[in-house]
Parts: sequence; structure tokens; C-alpha cells
Amino acid sequence: MGNSSSMLTQYDIEEVQKHSNGAFTQQEIVSLYSRFCQLDRKNCGFIPSDEFLTIPEFALNPLSHTLLTMLDALNFKDFVAFLSVFSPRATLQHKIEFIFKVYDTDCNGKVTFRDILRVLKDMSGQFMPEKQMEEILTKVLEEAGYQKDSVLVLSDFMKILGDKGVKMEVDFHVD
Amino acid sequence: MTSAGTLKTSRSELDLDRPNIEDYLPTGSSIQQEPRGKLRLHDLLDLSPTLSEAAGAIVDDSFTRCFKSNPPEPWNWNVYLFPLWCCGVVFRYLILFPARVLVLTIGWIIFLSSFIPVHFLLKGQDKLRRNLERSLVEMMCSFFVASWTGVVKYHGPRPSRRPKQVFVANHTSMIDFIILEQMTAFAVIMQKHPGWVGLLQSTILESVGCIWFNRSEAKDREIVTRKLREHVQGADNNPLLIFPEGTCVNNHYTVMFKKGAFELGCTVCPVAIKYNKIFVDAFWNSRKQSFTKHLLQLMTSWAVVCDVWYLEPQNLKPGETPIEFAERVRDIISHRAGLKKVPWDGYLKYSRPSPKHRERKQQNFAESMLRRLEEK
Repeated sequence: MGNSSSMLTQYDIEEVQKHSNGAFTQQEIVSLYSRFCQLDRKNCGFIPSDEFLTIPEFALNPLSHTLLTMLDALNFKDFVAFLSVFSPRATLQHKIEFIFKVYDTDCNGKVTFRDILRVLKDMSGQFMPEKQMEEILTKVLEEAGYQKDSVLVLSDFMKILGDKGVKMEVDFHVD
Repeated sequence: MTSAGTLKTSRSELDLDRPNIEDYLPTGSSIQQEPRGKLRLHDLLDLSPTLSEAAGAIVDDSFTRCFKSNPPEPWNWNVYLFPLWCCGVVFRYLILFPARVLVLTIGWIIFLSSFIPVHFLLKGQDKLRRNLERSLVEMMCSFFVASWTGVVKYHGPRPSRRPKQVFVANHTSMIDFIILEQMTAFAVIMQKHPGWVGLLQSTILESVGCIWFNRSEAKDREIVTRKLREHVQGADNNPLLIFPEGTCVNNHYTVMFKKGAFELGCTVCPVAIKYNKIFVDAFWNSRKQSFTKHLLQLMTSWAVVCDVWYLEPQNLKPGETPIEFAERVRDIISHRAGLKKVPWDGYLKYSRPSPKHRERKQQNFAESMLRRLEEK
């Protein structure tokens, strides 16, 4: 299986670029393709979830479980689109939308107290009892002007995360 | 050969006595600015550091880099270079390869016709028999090396047969063993392989003294440690060669050394091996090809060129733990062979990381939250 750009035509690269809203240069896309092929060992055209878990650095990330549902059966175009949010060229809005999606696992556009609690549990593991987490979350929500039973939508997230901004970037160095 | 299809959470190998992986993880992970100030909703909801780390690992990670075979740049893309290359291919496959197969066959014939009689007829005279078998194995390895047109440069004093010493080397392919064995008959500790390789292991290699282990057996580790100790004590045994990485790495990196070789209470003699990739990439990517295919690839290439350095023997320093000792020796070998060190256990190729590493991150997060809650 080739891992050079001879497997990707110029048309392919441009199509992928468009699909990911111009977040990557053509060189970066070629480099990502090389990585995609490396992970797609059986040449299925998509990366099975198990393969991501063979990356030790990814497997030990507290949010790996949630991310795996978003990474399920992505072909190369979608793989690049997924990663585009981590490009320095991605917009703040795109990044906040992504974070929202991590919470909103049932994709109904609403993030509840339970949703946030679930993510916090992943992040802190056994090092914080659930009751204490609920208390902290309730307190912090109220200080920000929400109630425990409030339901947050995307515009709320934009408001909360928007002022200070979100630094979510990965270095896509080219080999 | 082995597939990563059946991953399982590992047990003893990857647990407690590993050095702190967080110290090695690449940029951004633990060197984040410690967030300050009172805990606000914004801070609780902002997952960006963790997400960035996950994405960073997806894009590139230091573990899979160790096992990536980098094919050489094609140079035959030209009107006159292409025919040249074709001539090269013809020469390699139709002239070199048959010649090498011939050499190897002759070698096998000589070897087997000497080894079998010696092995059975000299059953009474152990010492003589062992010496002869040793020389025969060294000779057979030389035939193997010749069959790939091996150009091996040895640097440093040749290993001497002394008790209470082990040799450790970085591991790129099973041919490492053959290359070292042609100079000195080592006893070796190896993973038992299936097929013809396994047959070789259980017959001929038995004579130089080999210890088998099975990666998937957790209990196996204690048995193996005991066998290692016994072997090292014996004055008559061949010097023991261990590849502490436990798996083949692509000769650009070294993965963590297992401490087994470093807690035997004897001198450790490091050996560094570096292959020159211009002629052939000697890395055996066991995920991608069987050993047979790998050997065939070597036999149809121009040459296997490598350097072997026998480095200064090292002893456990007072106050040093076996893990620190292992890391120190890994440093010496990596430095000599120009390899980069990564903090991963080679066995992660076959199993998932222990949940303990994730727990570190979670603990940091929980503590940071609590601390900031207190701030005004």
C-alpha cells in the first residue's frame, strides 16, 4: 500500500480541502493521508475503532471513549474533516460546536446536567465522588446564571466559552 | 504475523514499576499552563486541553512511529534511470538470488552433515561436543550472513566468555541474532515462534543454550527470570544475549528496556546495532510480513550493511534501581547507534496501556478543580 502522494490525485486533495473548509494546506492533507493509511492497516477505507486504541497516547486519554463514537468508521474525507477543528485556521465557532458535540452524545442539540456530569466523571475518574461533583457543578452553574435543571444549547455554549476563547490546536507538522 | 486484533488489558508487565510516562510525553500534555483563578463554568466546560492531546495522538504519536517501516524514496522515475533499475532487478532476482540460495544450501548441507554426527556420536564427551557445536552454529550463521551479502563492521573488543555477564542489544529483526552469533556463539532468550523458525529454535539453538518465553503468559515471567539466573551462574554456558526491548523496532528509535536483564546481579555488556538503510531496510515489521518473506526480501536486495558496537560493560551503580540501570544502558546504546528514545513499552504492540496512566491525568484534573474551587 503506497504511502506517498501518488495515491492521491490533485482532485482528491482539493475535494478533501473543500470538505474540511480549507483548514489544511495540500501538504498537510498529504501528510494526513500517510497517517490514515498507516492506521488503516487492513485497507478497508476506514479506520476501525480498535485501531485508535492501539495508539497508547490516545488510549490513555480520559475522553477517548467519547471520541471513539465520533471517530467510528470515518473514511479519509471525514477523518480530515474531524481533525480540521484542531487546525489553527479553524474558527472559534467551529471549535465550540465541537466541544458541544462531545457533551451532546444523543445529538439532540441539548446538553443537560447529566451530560456534563458524565463528561466530568470521565475526566476525574475515581478521584472525585459523584456527589461532590454534582455539588460543584450545581454551584458553578448557579454562579453563571443557570439552574441545575437548565438545558444548555449551542448558543449558551457560545456565550460561556466565547469571551475567553478556546485554545484547541494540534501541530500538523509535515513529515 | 501477529495481529493487534485481540487486544487485552495488560497486567504485571505494564504496571507499577514503570518510570513516569508523563515525564516523557510530547509537548503540550503536562506542560500546560496551570489554570489559575476561581473555578467558573467556562473552566468546567472547556475540554480543549484534553481534546487537543487526543487529536495530537491521532495525528502522530511516538509509539507507532517506532514500528513504521519507511520505504526508501523511489529513484527510478526517469527515462534512463528506469532501465538501470530494471537491470538491477534482473540481476538481483535472477543472478544474485539463485547464487545466494546455492550458498545457503551448501551451508546447510555442510552444517547438518557435521552437526548431526557430532550431536549423536559425541554424546559422552560433553565439552568437546559443545565446542564443536558452537563452532558449527557460528559457521552456519556466517553462511546466512553471506546469503544476504552482509557487510558487518564490528567495533570494540569481542565478547569474552566469562561468568556473570549478559549482553544486551537493541532489536530490529531476528537477523540481529544471526549477525551477532556469527562472531560469538551466544545463548539467547527468545519468543517461541511457530513454523520452521520454531523447529530451528527447538533443535539447533538448543545446543547453544536457549531460553524460551511466551509473551502472553503472565506467570511465565517468574519462570523465565529463574532460568536466566541459573544460566548466568553456570560457568560453562555460552554468554547470554538478551534483547530487552522485547520486540522489533524500526532502528530509528528504542523503546523501554525490560528490567529483567538488569536485575540478575551481573555485569551488563551493551551492544549497539545500526543498519544502513541505503541498501535495504532490515526492520522486520512482524505486523506486516512473515519472517520467511522478510528473509526473501533480504536475499533479493543488494546487501545488508550494518555496524555493531560492543560497548563498555556496565554494572549496577550503588543506589541505582534496576529500572534506572536499564534506562542508563538504553541511553548508552541509543547514543552510540544514533537512535531516539521513546517512553513506551514494546509490549503495547500486543496489549493496551494500563488504566493507571489514565488515572494520573484524572487525578490531576480532579485536584485542580478542587483547588480552584477554594480560590476567591
